[in-house]
Amino acid sequence: MAIKEMQKLSICAPKKNRKAILELLQSMGNMEIDTEYLDDPDLQKMNTQKARAQFQKNAELFDECLKIIDLYSPAKSKGGGLFSEKEQISKKTYDEIVRNRQQCVANAIRVQRAEKGISDCKGAIIKDKNQIASLQPWMKLDVPMNLMGTKETELMLGTIPGQMDEANLYAIASKELAEPAPVSCQVISSDTDQTCIGVICHRSVSEKVEQNLRAAGFARPSTLLKVTPAEECDLLKADIEEQNRQIENLKNEIIPFSASREDFKIAADYYRTRAEKYRVLGTIPQSQNMFFLEGWVLKDQADAMIKMLSERFGALAEKEDKQEDEKEPTLLHNNRFSESVEGVLESYGLPQHGKVDPTFIMSIFYVIFFGMMLSDAGYGILMAVFSAVILARHKHLADGTRKMMQLFFWCGLSTAFWGFMYGGFFGDALDVIAVTFFGAPEGTTVLKPLWFEPLNQPMRLLVWCMGFGLIHLFTGLGIKGWEYLQNKDILGWVSDVLSWYLFVSGLVLLLLPSELFSSIAGDSFDFSPLANLHGFARAITWIGLLLILVMQERGHKNWGLRIALGAYDVYGITGWLSDVLSYSRLLALGLATGVIANVINMMASMVGKSVPGVLIFIIIFVFGHILNFGINALGAYVHTNRLQFVEFFGKFYDGGGKPFKSFKMDSKYIDVKED
Amino acid sequence: MNTGTFLALFGAVLATALAGVGSAWGVGMAGQAAAGVVAEDPDQFAKVLILQLLPGTQGIYGLLVTFITLSRIGILGGSPVADTATGLAYLFACLPIAIVGLISAYHQGKTSVASIGVVAKKPDQFGKAMLFPAMVETYAILALLISILAVTNIG
Repeated sequence: MAIKEMQKLSICAPKKNRKAILELLQSMGNMEIDTEYLDDPDLQKMNTQKARAQFQKNAELFDECLKIIDLYSPAKSKGGGLFSEKEQISKKTYDEIVRNRQQCVANAIRVQRAEKGISDCKGAIIKDKNQIASLQPWMKLDVPMNLMGTKETELMLGTIPGQMDEANLYAIASKELAEPAPVSCQVISSDTDQTCIGVICHRSVSEKVEQNLRAAGFARPSTLLKVTPAEECDLLKADIEEQNRQIENLKNEIIPFSASREDFKIAADYYRTRAEKYRVLGTIPQSQNMFFLEGWVLKDQADAMIKMLSERFGALAEKEDKQEDEKEPTLLHNNRFSESVEGVLESYGLPQHGKVDPTFIMSIFYVIFFGMMLSDAGYGILMAVFSAVILARHKHLADGTRKMMQLFFWCGLSTAFWGFMYGGFFGDALDVIAVTFFGAPEGTTVLKPLWFEPLNQPMRLLVWCMGFGLIHLFTGLGIKGWEYLQNKDILGWVSDVLSWYLFVSGLVLLLLPSELFSSIAGDSFDFSPLANLHGFARAITWIGLLLILVMQERGHKNWGLRIALGAYDVYGITGWLSDVLSYSRLLALGLATGVIANVINMMASMVGKSVPGVLIFIIIFVFGHILNFGINALGAYVHTNRLQFVEFFGKFYDGGGKPFKSFKMDSKYIDVKED
Repeated sequence: MNTGTFLALFGAVLATALAGVGSAWGVGMAGQAAAGVVAEDPDQFAKVLILQLLPGTQGIYGLLVTFITLSRIGILGGSPVADTATGLAYLFACLPIAIVGLISAYHQGKTSVASIGVVAKKPDQFGKAMLFPAMVETYAILALLISILAVTNIG
């Protein structure tokens, strides 16, 4: 429940140990390298661009190969690949693959070539198929297409736009020739767009005939085959078969490599890690014989690091004070329960050093509010069981995913809790089943709510929701107050925090026993005893109001301005009102889940007590509740976040922390276990 | 069916119809933007899907009010509406979620489109991008609340 303290280290070591030190730092993965402030102009930085690019290219080569292999020989994956976890590799295996990395690269290149061969073959097949299609109109031609005629005659093959029969064609070809013209026309095929024709004529009139035909739009085919179209078609088909055989061969060449999948993964991560090392290497200033390094480590590890670096490598390592304008990176540390909301906090912004880490307090409210919004015991139990199973089956999930699943687990439990409180188990499923299929009398309630049913007493729940909201907001204000007290700013605490506590709680105490409120809340609450506190409530309201009016803008020297701005700050009470009202979404979303679940149950039970009735019930029940669960879980997630981010954080928190990014093994597929 | 029941039914239908139109509009708009992002970067699918779905809740709120109304006016349960005045009261009670649902879902859809743009450029800013459409929804929730309170307290 805190932000880990950071220490800046600076390291100066002989260049001959550079590789060893960097590799050690990388494998330990507990230092964030930051050389921004080491900008001595006498020191040189190495240009590692080229080497880095090469390593990255290799890593990508392996990534591509793995995809290719998966394509032809799909891997058996647990959980449909949704919960991908890194494989655990022993140091020994890892070292062995690293030794044989050249072999791996060669293999990967073979896979890549084979894949390229396959795509070439596929291209050729498409080309062949196109050609076969373009030959279709010519299939009836029984001479080679490049035949130009005989000694005395000339053959003209080609196309003419539009549909046409032989008589028409003859009329066109023999135009302005004496009858009987030495012209013979044949239509090979004809459709609405074009007609394929063959025209034979005596050489003496060939020029005129061609002229006639061209006037009608005649065009010779673009490629002239040495064989008949039918023969060519057979050749093309044979080629397609050949290409398919080739593809099979190439596939068979790739498939055996599925056994080296693991090697490829290791090699990919090895090259990725090296690329990362070279990236850092490129930022390190060096002199002739020495190199310099600065970065952040956890404070409690600093001494051990210094000792190790100086003893093992003769490096000069010392603690360094941070620069004026420098921000320490933030690393959170929380208990098993609270760490599950770290991801949510991160998406808003991490806390800066010197501020409070709100994770712990937020985690409690988060889980409660999520449960109130989804509020169905059935959904909650399913959610908790589902995430527990995933957590149990996948021990090595990525950190973010694991925390997310943990969050789902806790939220599921909370949802189940509130479901029982409100008496919702897949809506009113138990009642509906009892009435429809077991003949219970109409209006039976099997699962009685432990607290009360929101739909019957919405006002009562609304008041409770706002009460929870006020607690949430006051907690946020309290954290702000805690920060003031830590900085020993008592004046600030009184004027910015205490004043609002007094003002808001005074107003609430005045409002609760009033006529207005009791007419809204109905008879579920009786706050009339609070009326005795009327004097006290008025007093603290006025004290709070005056404090805000006079003290909130204490930075201003001009008293007129100070009071005027103070009066504007008092107007901020409307913000409190809207913040509190915002918690009505706890009621609205809670009702939405329950009512829609009831609608689904009602629709499902419409057919009644019969065999098809049961079947239809099951189908509608399953699909309906999956849909309702999905939409309402999304709504609960979004609006719980909103309550935290806008209402709660609005009181004290502004993020702005920089995440701690250590220099480490950059891996996508594997984790190396140290022996 | 008497005039009262007719008016109440009219209100109930408006709640689902108008809020549903708004949601369809909003989700449709956001869906087009989301499809564009996924075409470029399929990894953002889950994030943009969430953003697309945000304007969909108004339709559900409308359904909610319709259902509660129907179960009180003698159509799915309860007793038929006694007089025209009560029917008119149901009609008015349904109007907040019908009108606010329609307009807020439309604007939430536009905000979702903008937030999807944020995710396309900066996927790590999803948490903040999600907030903008959720702000619009506040007013739909307030309208829902008033509709529910009104409907459940008539008669």
